[in-house]
Amino acid sequence: MSTLTMEKKTHFAEPIKNMSDSKKKPSIAKISTNNVNVFYGDNKVIKDVSIEIQEKSVTAFIGPSGCGKSTFLRLFNRMNDYIETFRKEGDICIDGKDIYGKKVMVEELRKMVGMVFQKPNPFPKSIYENVAFGLRIQGIKKRAVLDEAVEHSLRQAALWEEVKDQLNKSALALSGGQQQRVCIARALAVGPSVLLMDEPASALDPIATSKVEELIHQLKEKYTIVIVTHNMQQAGRVSDKTAFFYLGNLVEFDKTKKIFTNPKQELTERYITGRFG
Amino acid sequence: MKISEKIIEGGLFSSAVITILTTIGIIWVLLSQSLVFFKDVSIWEFLTSTEWTPLFTKKSYGILPLISGTMLTTLIAVAIALPLGLCIAIYLSEYAPRKFRDIFKPMLEVLAAVPTVVYGFFALTVVTPFLKNIFPEIDTFNALSAGLVMGVMIIPMVSSLSEDALFAVPKSLREASYGMGATRLQTSFKVLVPAASSGIIVSVILAFARAIGETMIVAIAAGQMPNLTANPLAAVETITAYIVQVSLGDVAHGSIEYRTIFAAGLTLFAMTFVLNNVSFFIRKKYQEKYD
Repeated sequence: MSTLTMEKKTHFAEPIKNMSDSKKKPSIAKISTNNVNVFYGDNKVIKDVSIEIQEKSVTAFIGPSGCGKSTFLRLFNRMNDYIETFRKEGDICIDGKDIYGKKVMVEELRKMVGMVFQKPNPFPKSIYENVAFGLRIQGIKKRAVLDEAVEHSLRQAALWEEVKDQLNKSALALSGGQQQRVCIARALAVGPSVLLMDEPASALDPIATSKVEELIHQLKEKYTIVIVTHNMQQAGRVSDKTAFFYLGNLVEFDKTKKIFTNPKQELTERYITGRFG
Repeated sequence: MKISEKIIEGGLFSSAVITILTTIGIIWVLLSQSLVFFKDVSIWEFLTSTEWTPLFTKKSYGILPLISGTMLTTLIAVAIALPLGLCIAIYLSEYAPRKFRDIFKPMLEVLAAVPTVVYGFFALTVVTPFLKNIFPEIDTFNALSAGLVMGVMIIPMVSSLSEDALFAVPKSLREASYGMGATRLQTSFKVLVPAASSGIIVSVILAFARAIGETMIVAIAAGQMPNLTANPLAAVETITAYIVQVSLGDVAHGSIEYRTIFAAGLTLFAMTFVLNNVSFFIRKKYQEKYD
């Protein structure tokens, strides 16, 4: 299992290694949080949330706007650290290690925990340079290594066939759906084992959306995926387990099928059936 | 009420017209006087001769020494202001706490409010003696001292406009970079500076134009010696300094010596005009990119 204090450079081929490792201890949760509270200043936005996310599964976070699902997702790669008033209590572990521990290098953590954002945000660079970015900032310069990683990642993101003849074209010239898949390829290129997706399809049209959903299905074989979505049908289609958040509380967390057909909490049922939110 | 509206509208309109007419008037004077000058001196000689000695007995009218003096002091200034200004911009935009930025940025802009005559005096009486310790052969009036001080003067232009450009880069690009495990430094130089490059270039061009047109500092500290040289330790004369020299001197109005300043002024105007338009063009392109 890749750890937070990796001695060697992360490599795009590493998730495959992770897969064989993980079969030895499948019962340990990939991501676990314990009584987590999050504050923005005096405002408590996550209230005592404990959750365990299994490896190589898709977990969906749903809930109305402002319920804290995005904030909670951003705990896993410490993106909230940039908010000046941010403060958290409780433990958040990935592979059994406290990712907020003193010795953790946040840059190393983010190589292991990739993220795809709500709005496609490719850099104003070529497709190739976008995907190679993560490797370049690790100091990898060898053309052959970069070439291979770019192709591998674009294939994984189901974009290779569409862009292989125009890798030097600006990523901004692609359609929104293609841009989002460039962003997915970019995240995969550094060899993460976890992929966080913050409403990855909310800015896309239905066809591009279904492509991204299909992709999530394929990526599940190698990656632990956590996806925030406001689209309940999408949660139903792509996820194995679903967590319903409301006002910073984790109301219910169960198998997606269960949440959508037979939720335990009345609040969940009311949200699922569209009576509020 | 209708009448008062009309009066106000007329007042506003005329203030706009007065500005435009003034500009046209300036250009007209420059052009017409230059035209008379170019009847006596060919444009070819003006642009290619390497001697500028209109005030001597043996007259020569090559603008190149003045252009080289202008470019030399300006390039020294930009060589100082670009790296420093960019570092300040990156620090303020990406590293400094918000409160520090809000206090420091206006303070830095005070540098631009220092009267240039003070800068010129400072260059001549403080910087030049200091440089003399390092380079004993340096002239009392020299391009280096004037260029360095002019560089300090234009730092706020570079840093302030570049900081605006960096700050305007969408947050989503920062997140993408940090999310890939990039450090602040990597994010700054590999993502933000390239993304803000047009804004940064505009800031440098405007600072460049400002340095070309700067008069007081170079008139006081750079000398009055038209000199086709790239040696920063030598005395030079810039276009602006020459115009001051002639305007304040005892050259007879209407003489050809007197008209040289219009030709020189026209040259200066052409240079800054081109630079301003280039920056305007880049800025327009840049705005299209982010809207």
